[in-house]
Amino acid sequence: MKKDTFKVANQIFKSRLIVGTGKYKNFKETAQAIKASGADMVTVAVRRINILDKKKPLLTDFLDPKKIKYLPNTAGCFDAKEALRTLRLAREMGGWKMVKLEVLGDKKTLYPDMIETLKATKVLVREGFKVLVYCSDDPLMAKELEYLGASAIMPLASPIGSGLGILNKINLSFIIKNSKVPIIVDAGIGTSSDAVVAMEMGCDAVLVNSAIAKAKNSILMAESFKHAVASGRLAFLACRMKKSFYADASSPSKGLI
Amino acid sequence: MAKIQLNGKKIDLKNRYSILKLLKKYKINIKKTAIELNGNIISRNRYGLVYLKDKDKIEIVHFIGGG
Repeated sequence: MKKDTFKVANQIFKSRLIVGTGKYKNFKETAQAIKASGADMVTVAVRRINILDKKKPLLTDFLDPKKIKYLPNTAGCFDAKEALRTLRLAREMGGWKMVKLEVLGDKKTLYPDMIETLKATKVLVREGFKVLVYCSDDPLMAKELEYLGASAIMPLASPIGSGLGILNKINLSFIIKNSKVPIIVDAGIGTSSDAVVAMEMGCDAVLVNSAIAKAKNSILMAESFKHAVASGRLAFLACRMKKSFYADASSPSKGLI
Repeated sequence: MAKIQLNGKKIDLKNRYSILKLLKKYKINIKKTAIELNGNIISRNRYGLVYLKDKDKIEIVHFIGGG
């Protein structure tokens, strides 16, 4: 079989698992989990530096941006203006154009504000960014984002950090079938089986943070996700059997004594 | 002397400071940060040329863990 790689915004990745770097106990654990996950792309946030405490360790000391792709996000931004500001700073800092846009609309559900998301996508594409867009699992919104020039569509499985898994498989399958750009399930994945399901359905990649960071043993869970994503992908490529309402015996009836 | 706001904190600068000098004062790694002055991004090659004046608002950011 031809080597199966993940291509997004003209860049090729070995792994179809993208891992978030938030919520770990410390950077050592973050680095160990990322290593165990096999991911070659991680999401990062942009924040003010701590002027008073410069002895605090830095993420970049533990995860070398030259060895692993940093995907800056706009987590915590509640309108297009804030998101644009954050990503322009990220581009200045890292020098790369591939970013994750995430404009939130509601503090309790962290549900994306799609009006602001569409607005920001338009501007970012015009400015030459390669935008991976966190969005609702609405097939029409996904299509609109593709039309605006998003490099990948990232529909939520369920609310960020909820661990509820894929709540609307029908919508997700509509999005997958209709899309010409990669679909990356983002947010709400709770455990490895959720990632298997997403990949089996035909998603191109999965983004996981809380499910790994909040597991009792995050490093072991990261390894589990590595296998889950690979396994789900293989099942998708293999094309599963048809479902049947009645049984169909596996042993032949011919020659039965 | 200039009173500026650095990452939301009020700071008094007793001498004339370029952005580069300010970064050196606080021992901030230039390569791992990005800077916004009064809402505009300042590119690294201009750090030595841009001087801070009274009421300037400067934001220095870096990458941290996030999902």
